[in-house]
Amino acid sequence: MTPKRILMQGNEACVEGAIAAGMRFFAGYPITPSTEIAERCAQRLPQVGGRFIQMEDELASMAAVLGASVTGVKAMTATSGPGFSLKQENIGYGCLAEIPCVIVDVQRSGPSTGLPTSPSQGDYMQARWGTHGDHPVIALSPSSVQETYRLVIRAFNLSEKYRTPVIFLMDEIVGHMREGVTLPDPRELIINKRHISYHDGANKQCYAVPEGEYVPAMKPFGQGERYNITGLAHDVSGFPTNNNQIAGALYTRLMEKIDRNLDDIVRVEEHMLDDADTAVVCFGGTARAAMSAVQQARAEGMKVGLFRPITVWPFPEAHLRARLPGLKRILMVEHNYGQMLLEVQRSAADRVPVSFLGRVDGTVIPPDDILRKLREMEGNAHAK
Amino acid sequence: MPSELVHKYLRIDHLPHIWCAGCGNGIIMRDVAVALQELIDDPEVPVSRDKTVVVSGIGCSSRAAGYLDFDSIHTTHGRAIAFATGIKFARPDLEVIVLTGDGDCSAIGGNHLIHAARRNIGLTVVTFNNDIYGMTGGQYSPTTPTGDKATTAPYGNLDRPFDIAQLAAGAGATFTARGSAYHARETTELIKQGILHKGFSLIDVYSVCPTYYGRKNGRGGPVEMLQWQKEHMVPAATYYAMSEEARRDKTLVGVLTHTENPEYTEQYAALVERVRAQSGK
Ligand SMILES: Cc1ncc(C[n+]2csc(CCOP(=O)(O)OP(=O)(O)O)c2C)c(N)n1
Ligand code: SF4
Repeated sequence: MTPKRILMQGNEACVEGAIAAGMRFFAGYPITPSTEIAERCAQRLPQVGGRFIQMEDELASMAAVLGASVTGVKAMTATSGPGFSLKQENIGYGCLAEIPCVIVDVQRSGPSTGLPTSPSQGDYMQARWGTHGDHPVIALSPSSVQETYRLVIRAFNLSEKYRTPVIFLMDEIVGHMREGVTLPDPRELIINKRHISYHDGANKQCYAVPEGEYVPAMKPFGQGERYNITGLAHDVSGFPTNNNQIAGALYTRLMEKIDRNLDDIVRVEEHMLDDADTAVVCFGGTARAAMSAVQQARAEGMKVGLFRPITVWPFPEAHLRARLPGLKRILMVEHNYGQMLLEVQRSAADRVPVSFLGRVDGTVIPPDDILRKLREMEGNAHAK
Repeated sequence: MPSELVHKYLRIDHLPHIWCAGCGNGIIMRDVAVALQELIDDPEVPVSRDKTVVVSGIGCSSRAAGYLDFDSIHTTHGRAIAFATGIKFARPDLEVIVLTGDGDCSAIGGNHLIHAARRNIGLTVVTFNNDIYGMTGGQYSPTTPTGDKATTAPYGNLDRPFDIAQLAAGAGATFTARGSAYHARETTELIKQGILHKGFSLIDVYSVCPTYYGRKNGRGGPVEMLQWQKEHMVPAATYYAMSEEARRDKTLVGVLTHTENPEYTEQYAALVERVRAQSGK
């Protein structure tokens, strides 16, 4: 079978990828620039036997997605900045109660209503720290329409494998871009099914994990398992506890299930870094301009490469550290005032100086600006 | 000796419960358990234990979900009905029961209440309405009567209260009823009717919180508060036989509104069928 190539918008590719991943439930509330995701779900889900519901707000959308997921259905919601803020409490609930689902945030310029139709990457830190309390987060960020299709499938796979909400951090650039997309043969896709197991009625330790493992198998509601789910700290039976040791063990397991599996979770794209003395770090839609700036810089003889986190949380610290010995300088480019910058600085830890190019006026950063900045950085180095 | 009901339908290893002595919550939880037991045991009725899910929010009353031995989910404050909507919409064959407080369902969760009622999605909502925020220590709620005292209304409450059942009916709920902690048998029957009703049903059950509401407002202890319900709340048969005059200071215990309208998940199933027929699948 020759692969199908069709013209698609990033938001549409997100829906098609999600359906290929097995998503059959969507609850959402319209907000620019994510609305096309809800609209396409409303159209497509009934066709594939799925369900779409427009809820009264984002709090309800997030709650409905979690409710659907506990019945065993793969579920998704989509929003943008203001709505992403509203979803946070229930995202935290999903992390603690370990309910898989995917939350798409098509970032727009903010804070508040901001510039609704303009690109931004201002939710990078909110994706990690938006909820209260301590827990890890998995967030993935695509930089093209094609990648959106494949990466949203990976978002579902990670969500099922690690029993956790996964943030799919898009931006207006990718969400509204139209590109030719090659749809892979569905048989060739790897789709994680939910890890389901049942316990006998007498011993309902539904949050127990075997020694050396971190993720409990999940039991869908409505199958006679009869167990409890709560957002309170709980014991292995899912019942609330005030026991500090049990609560501590739960929180630690939640951290470790991600921290101990970074090799599986973290993905980066690295371009022309092997001989580079300068790395441009960039993610999401912004990386496209960075890529073309890197190519032009190479044509001018500069030894520049691109480091693009695809898994943006956990930040690919080990991957970046591994590159530090060859580097003289790093340039972080992002559509905000310097959010991923903090992670890059932390990883570079004074061993390599980090420069920054950001923009927050809602216009895109053109490749020329990045190139100019690269020239300037190199010029400064020679002047020294 | 715990009764057979307790052994069969409560999670006995998680008892005793957290509620204060004399709290109305235990009585209402029992009404819910008896209603479910009677429906499950009735061969004529399609309610099954394994296909029943109990959903609650946050508050003293919302802890009831954890004590009931069904699939149960204790969610976030105000969001029980929204979680329940997701469960019911994803699996329309499940019986979804929401246990919620007056604050949980009509303050922070008020929006979800009215929209679920408007959709007429087949949930059964039982409110444990104690006119106060119990869990956080006695602040006024949307059902606290005007003039009453609460920790955040030390000089008397200025707000006018909601009638939760009327609110739900006005928003489109197709079955609404009022019960009370005192009228256990009648309330159990109303909960059963609510569960059997196709569409959104709400049973607003007046509870008692002697610890905060009772103490703050000089209503005496649990016995006096239940006595008040006995004297001021009247089951339907008696209520409708009374003169208008006699009813004036009385509250009906019984069905308030009951209409038939298409249920949301059934409508969606029909939509899916229509779409799939059109696309030739
Ligand atoms: C988002 C959020 N806000 C506030 C609280 C604190 N809180 C917990 S329960 C509650 C009120 C409970 O009142 P009600 O729903 O009437 O239930 P009751 O305790 O009286 O049974 C509040 C305000 C919370 N848990 N979450
Ligand atoms: S505070 Fe009031 S509502 Fe809460 S358990 Fe005590 S009596 Fe019941």
